[in-house]
Amino acid sequence: MSIDTETPVAVADRPEDAGQLSAKLRHAAVGALPPERLMPDRQPAYVASWIYVFGVLTLAALAVVILTGVVLAVMGPSWWHVSTTGLFVNSLHLWSVEVFFFTMIIHLWGKFFMAAWRGRRRATWITGVVSFVVSVGAAFTGYLSQQNFDSQWISTQAKDGINASGAGAIFNVTNFGQMLMWHIVLLPLVVVLLVGVHVLLVRLRGVVPPFAPPADKPGDPVAAPVATVAAGTDPTGPDGPIGEQS
Amino acid sequence: MTATMTTTKPRRTRRFNPDRDVEEWHGEYEPYDLVMEFIIAFVVVAVLVAGLSVIFSSPDDTPVTVQSWSTSNPVDFAQTAITELDGTSAIATYGPPYNNTAGASQSIIGISPESVLGVHHPIDTANDYVLGPLSTLPNRPDLHAAVARYTSASAAQQSAWTTAYEKAVGNATSTNGALTVPRGAYGPVGPIIGSLTSMARTGALDGALLSSRQFYGTDYTKPLLFIANGAYLADLAQGQHLSGNQWGMMNETGNFPGQAWLWLYTLWYQVPPMNSSPNADLQVWAIMMVLTLGLVLLPFIPGLRSIPRWSRVYRLIWRQHYKDLAAGSS
Repeated sequence: MSIDTETPVAVADRPEDAGQLSAKLRHAAVGALPPERLMPDRQPAYVASWIYVFGVLTLAALAVVILTGVVLAVMGPSWWHVSTTGLFVNSLHLWSVEVFFFTMIIHLWGKFFMAAWRGRRRATWITGVVSFVVSVGAAFTGYLSQQNFDSQWISTQAKDGINASGAGAIFNVTNFGQMLMWHIVLLPLVVVLLVGVHVLLVRLRGVVPPFAPPADKPGDPVAAPVATVAAGTDPTGPDGPIGEQS
Repeated sequence: MTATMTTTKPRRTRRFNPDRDVEEWHGEYEPYDLVMEFIIAFVVVAVLVAGLSVIFSSPDDTPVTVQSWSTSNPVDFAQTAITELDGTSAIATYGPPYNNTAGASQSIIGISPESVLGVHHPIDTANDYVLGPLSTLPNRPDLHAAVARYTSASAAQQSAWTTAYEKAVGNATSTNGALTVPRGAYGPVGPIIGSLTSMARTGALDGALLSSRQFYGTDYTKPLLFIANGAYLADLAQGQHLSGNQWGMMNETGNFPGQAWLWLYTLWYQVPPMNSSPNADLQVWAIMMVLTLGLVLLPFIPGLRSIPRWSRVYRLIWRQHYKDLAAGSS
């Protein structure tokens, strides 16, 4: 019996396999997000404000939302109406959603006042805002799926806006089954995907640097004299030169 | 701490825009454990959420059924039922996606999305809410004769009967849940609505409105819209501060925070011209779509993207950084 002493890495890096799509994808992924950038152990010194905490708090709240939602899904939509334990899990789900939006909105405003789209970070901003918008839809369909007076009232009121927009033709807020599917499958999937891309973009581009300090005239950064920037380069991180928007 | 911002040799010339571009960070890097940060954040959120759940729980008000509505307020039920039969209820005259009522669709600058997409959830209120359910009742020859008399009458005769009944039911009373309607020339409409009210009070109408071609059903469109046509549901909502003029879309039963993030959407319904416009829903949607698009594309909009720099709030966020810079340069 012979023992293959080659490590998986060595096998993966064989030159004859370099043309494989798998190999190309791996090289592209590792090249864009090497482990030290994907999971760094250091951050720029300016990352020293409580506002940075709200991004990770939003992720933590989303994790609680999903975990409690999974429990509610496992037990079925009627469980929490007839079980004390179910009511508690529903309460965890509700309050984690409230915390999720509270922290996300503070995170969003914080990033707005940092102008966090600077330095090729527009996609990071856009995925963040779209995540917020889709999350509003996910929460809304959750309110419609409660099977109680609240969902009755919200659905019969919301139908007018949805119908007026034309969306009511396919998105029927008074159809419990449809709203439940949107709430527990489609919209959470989109939210998690968007948040995942958003977080990867944060790791890829790094945390936006501060504005250059104001010059003599209030409101004017001293960076203004810099007239030219490098094109097509990574804006931040230990190995990234200046950032610019193409 | 020292921080230095430098530029590399440019490959193409482009004016630096502080609202779009950044300079490379060449300052210090500090230890920052992202995984530990997430673990701590998760524990903090979990404890906070558990505490809020123990203290406040979550609301779960009993839903309204056609049975509970017709039992609690049979007069309102009968007044609503007659509008379903004569086609004057809110849903009967709604337009798309429920029916083709002319001129009922909302529009803005001549565009009506709901008209373009048409009827997708057809509702014929007379048949779906009144005549159809009554036809399922067995051993009621008198009722079936009344229904046959009504359906075979001319439109003018039907209108005369329903108008007379609407007038009479306006003065109806209920005693111990039993409906008493003053006499009038409403022909078979009296037994039709009376039987429907009795059927509703037994709970049979709830089932009849839900019945679909398959055994399992999850579409509550018909019973929900029927219940919403009455005043009973709205009165309960008013008591729970859920009406439109009470910012109802973002509120929740009880004293729970509800969907506070919908405040801006709800705000537009409170201000002119939307608070009195027949096209308010579409106008509010249009406003919110424009604002949402503006927020998404903010990095591309000159002027708006400069607000963070002009506001100087960033000085507060990065105050330690600027303090360190000042100390380093002095």
